[in-house]
Amino acid sequence: MSPEVPEAASAEKQKEMEDKVTSPEKAEEATLKARYPHLGQKPRGSDFLRKRLQKGQKDFDSGEYSMAKAQMKNKQLPTAAPSKTEVTGDHIPTPQDLPQRKPSLVASKPAD
Amino acid sequence: MAGAGGGGCPSGGNDLQWCFSQVKGAVDEDVAEADVISTVEFSHSGDLLATGDKGGRVVIFQREQENKSRPHSRGEYNVYSTFQSHEPEFDYLKSLEIEEKINKIRWLPRQSAARFLLSTNDDLRINLWHLEITDRSFNIVDIKPANMEELTEVITAAEFHPHQCNVLVYSSSKGTIRLCDMRSSALCDRHSKLFEEPGDPSSRSFFSEIISSVSDVKFSHSGRYMMTRDYLSVKVWDLNMESRPVETHQVHEYLRSKLCSLYENDCIFDKFECCWNGSDSAIMTGSYNNFFRMFDRTTWRDVTLEASRENSKPRASLKPRRVCAGGKRKKDEVSVDSLDFSKKILHTAWHPAENIIAVAATNNLYIFQDKAN
Repeated sequence: MSPEVPEAASAEKQKEMEDKVTSPEKAEEATLKARYPHLGQKPRGSDFLRKRLQKGQKDFDSGEYSMAKAQMKNKQLPTAAPSKTEVTGDHIPTPQDLPQRKPSLVASKPAD
Repeated sequence: MAGAGGGGCPSGGNDLQWCFSQVKGAVDEDVAEADVISTVEFSHSGDLLATGDKGGRVVIFQREQENKSRPHSRGEYNVYSTFQSHEPEFDYLKSLEIEEKINKIRWLPRQSAARFLLSTNDDLRINLWHLEITDRSFNIVDIKPANMEELTEVITAAEFHPHQCNVLVYSSSKGTIRLCDMRSSALCDRHSKLFEEPGDPSSRSFFSEIISSVSDVKFSHSGRYMMTRDYLSVKVWDLNMESRPVETHQVHEYLRSKLCSLYENDCIFDKFECCWNGSDSAIMTGSYNNFFRMFDRTTWRDVTLEASRENSKPRASLKPRRVCAGGKRKKDEVSVDSLDFSKKILHTAWHPAENIIAVAATNNLYIFQDKAN
């Protein structure tokens, strides 16, 4: 084995160790990748948006809903195809589309 | 910038001594989702204080005038009005809950030409509404790509300039802020100015973009500056300089070595707000463990305070809190590992003229005053 290989390898390892010491952020990244080996090099697209879409959260926007209703008049608003899990783009969530939540939230208590 | 809580000064700068004044809300440990406060805002005079919650309810508090029979009640905020902001007609099916949380409350000046409001409920569009016309709005920003797969950035906050009604800013999940002038074009997809601090490519990590996402943007009262809040810091920008902020204040830098856990428990996506005091000499923002931070821009001193029921005796002084980032924990310091991440202060407000602050801690609203008040 040529003398350069172990040197190069140890220089790289040295840099990695230095990175962890000087950058807590990089150390945290290493921890994350150790726990989730299939995670990409960097978040694809907007990570928080992706997480949000995965959760299937659909926001009911009363402004958009009433505007869409006004435009559609008598027509029905387009409903999401059964296979669609993401509500984005043209589709405007209607009350029917939203996932059923837990039974009634406790009513807000009046402030003292 | 020193960030580990408590820059050694006992008060919020300018020799202020913050004291407990009032707390509103239930004491129960078990907090209903609907009761979580989602916005806090003083009116322009400071005589009214409004809160909105996740259940769509608005509570307005009014400051008491002098009352000889109850001398201590002067200056107290008491309930003036409360109403359900979202109409029950949207509640179609009885068993269906529709989340209509109050995102923001904005007070309108009593006599003003300001009859417009911006709405950014959507991640991709900003609409301009005329208050008297409710069936249509102007779309002024639309960043939805033709192909949703190409989506890489969303709008996170937007605000009108306090004096120039044609100017607005909006921030993004990538840490950029765009300033738009509605006079130059109806559709403000092209910005007049782009504020962005260049990152250091060598220190870039998986978390870099997420923590650079701007969760709040606020103009100074003067209109010369704006402040942005990202996950770990607050930055003050001069509107005349796009290349970098003029000030950066570390809120809780000790969390940088906890980013992995904070990503796993979603806390890294928490949206903290920030606010200016009336004279723009100080700024405030929240943190975890019911801590909140104040930065004095003139003395460059900062302090960490806590909103807790334990310290809620009338006129009790707030003691500065300190977080121990590592090494030996001193007496009265709180170690990073014992911070309660479920106790987050996302919303705070500062009275426009006096040293009175309102701090929302989940379902409770704390009001603190300077002793001299």
